[in-house]
Amino acid sequence: MWYDKNVELYREDVNPMERYYQPEIECAPVEKIKEWQNEKLVRQVRHVYDNVAYYRKLMEEKGVTPDDIRSTDDLYKLPFLTKADLRDAYPYGLLAKPLSDCVRIQSTSGTTGKRVVAFYTQKDVDLWEDCCARAIVAAGGTNEDVCQVCYGYGLFTGGPGLHGGSHKVGCLTLPMSSGNTQRQIQFMLDLQSTILCCTPSYAVYIGETLREMGYSKEDIHLKAGIFGAEPWTQEMRRDIENSLGIKAYDIYGLTETSGPGVSFECSEQTGMHINEDHFFAEIIDPETGEVLPEGSKGELVFTSLDKEAFPLLRYRTRDICVLSRKKCSCGRTHIKMSKPMGRSDDMMIIRGVNVFPSQIETVLLKQGYTSNYQIVVDRVGSTDTFDVYVEVTEEQFADTVRELTLREEELSGAMKLMLGINPKVHLVQPKSIARSEGKAVRVVDKRKLHD
Amino acid sequence: MRVKQISVFLENKSGQLADVGAVLAENNMNLRALSIADTKDYGILRVIVPDADGALEVLRTAGYTCKITDVLAVEIDDSPGGMARVLAVLSDAGISVEYAYAFISHKAGYAHMILRVSELEKTVDALAKAQIRTLEMNELLGK
Ligand SMILES: [Zn+2]
Repeated sequence: MWYDKNVELYREDVNPMERYYQPEIECAPVEKIKEWQNEKLVRQVRHVYDNVAYYRKLMEEKGVTPDDIRSTDDLYKLPFLTKADLRDAYPYGLLAKPLSDCVRIQSTSGTTGKRVVAFYTQKDVDLWEDCCARAIVAAGGTNEDVCQVCYGYGLFTGGPGLHGGSHKVGCLTLPMSSGNTQRQIQFMLDLQSTILCCTPSYAVYIGETLREMGYSKEDIHLKAGIFGAEPWTQEMRRDIENSLGIKAYDIYGLTETSGPGVSFECSEQTGMHINEDHFFAEIIDPETGEVLPEGSKGELVFTSLDKEAFPLLRYRTRDICVLSRKKCSCGRTHIKMSKPMGRSDDMMIIRGVNVFPSQIETVLLKQGYTSNYQIVVDRVGSTDTFDVYVEVTEEQFADTVRELTLREEELSGAMKLMLGINPKVHLVQPKSIARSEGKAVRVVDKRKLHD
Repeated sequence: MRVKQISVFLENKSGQLADVGAVLAENNMNLRALSIADTKDYGILRVIVPDADGALEVLRTAGYTCKITDVLAVEIDDSPGGMARVLAVLSDAGISVEYAYAFISHKAGYAHMILRVSELEKTVDALAKAQIRTLEMNELLGK
């Protein structure tokens, strides 16, 4: 064991009201964490250099050898990996262990050609599930809980990650996967689920369906939800918390680094603690690649410190966020990341202005609409068209054209205030916007068809 | 005095109206009056049925956004100028009309006019002074 389980010196920092899955790690002094990170990084760089020809070549091009990396302070010397590298190296190019040592793959849901396949040894799976277990315990989970996992199972990491974490905590695990919402709710009622794990948009959908089936939050036993795998806003959090009567926790991760659980929210809900005994985080300037000091907004970069089969060093996530080591009331000492403020993949440039779907959502929820919307961008001549389709709610429905037109104009005006450009808002019938039961189809960019 | 009208939000797509009609028919909801206000994108269907609360529930369950609005029903002469006279009374009283539509009454020589106005009480008073009768739901239904 690389940490000392008998050391009691962290006890004074531990919050007595809080439960931890691995307190000796999660509440370790920062110096101790740094020590582990340095030790693991040196070993990991050697492991990658020796076993991954693709990365060795990148290091050689930069003139770096494993001997140059003595601590995380030297990390900046190493080359970055991007999604493009993952595509180039597909499928085995970044594999660092013989296949005979691997027990699992997971893959991103990307379209063909953009697919990423990640490999896991049993140790990698355990490490990942531990991370998810920490998240579940942080959300109040114990072996008394009934944990309903309705992230997709299969290649997607959401289902398997939380499923494994739930087992480690000892919850009764309901491996529902996504879809068949009426059945989800029936199980939720009959087996008295207390923790719900799914995408935030599916949580909203479950809330709506629950109401349609004639039930209210008083009829269910949920106390917490762990939601991730897509961007969501504070307003959406309140929406879910109200409709299901729970506390909603954020979880973050990506297939490239293992899956959900790279970071997770605690009771303070002011950011997600990164499991930095396994993943070292940096914030860089996305243009120059320069490492930025703590508190700066920039692109999040992860180095996997002890994964064996698919150990990515300095992987650029494309997520824009901020890191903070401010003392947390939960007693955990691991660094926190803000909710990603945008993803360069999601960011659209419309009439020269950066637009994130999350901004549209913020406006909608503030104005009393649901988060069911669709942005349609097209090009007519040389001008971008920008339309937002919004499902009308009973609260916002008026029976005159004058009032409905006013509603559309109010929304459009509020969006202009937020974005700087004016969308055309269209009210549409409830449930008419295409959405799979997992992820909502929020952006349709038809300009790509013209390019 | 007040009549319950159901308004339904409909997208401007073919078949939408037929779908609502089918939902109401399946539940034995008899349409007494119907009017549509439409724009390029959507329409607002307004209907009067004997059981407004029941129809609201049925439509909601079918997934429609709908609501009940209190409107006024007025009896007018089924002759040229019948509707104009009512509107003139309201205009003189300074009442603005959001919308209005009319249909033939069961009673020969008369028509019914549905009005959505900003100030309901004031409208009733103004009409009473001009000796124009506002109708109850059962009269409207021809009972
Ligand atoms: Zn915390």
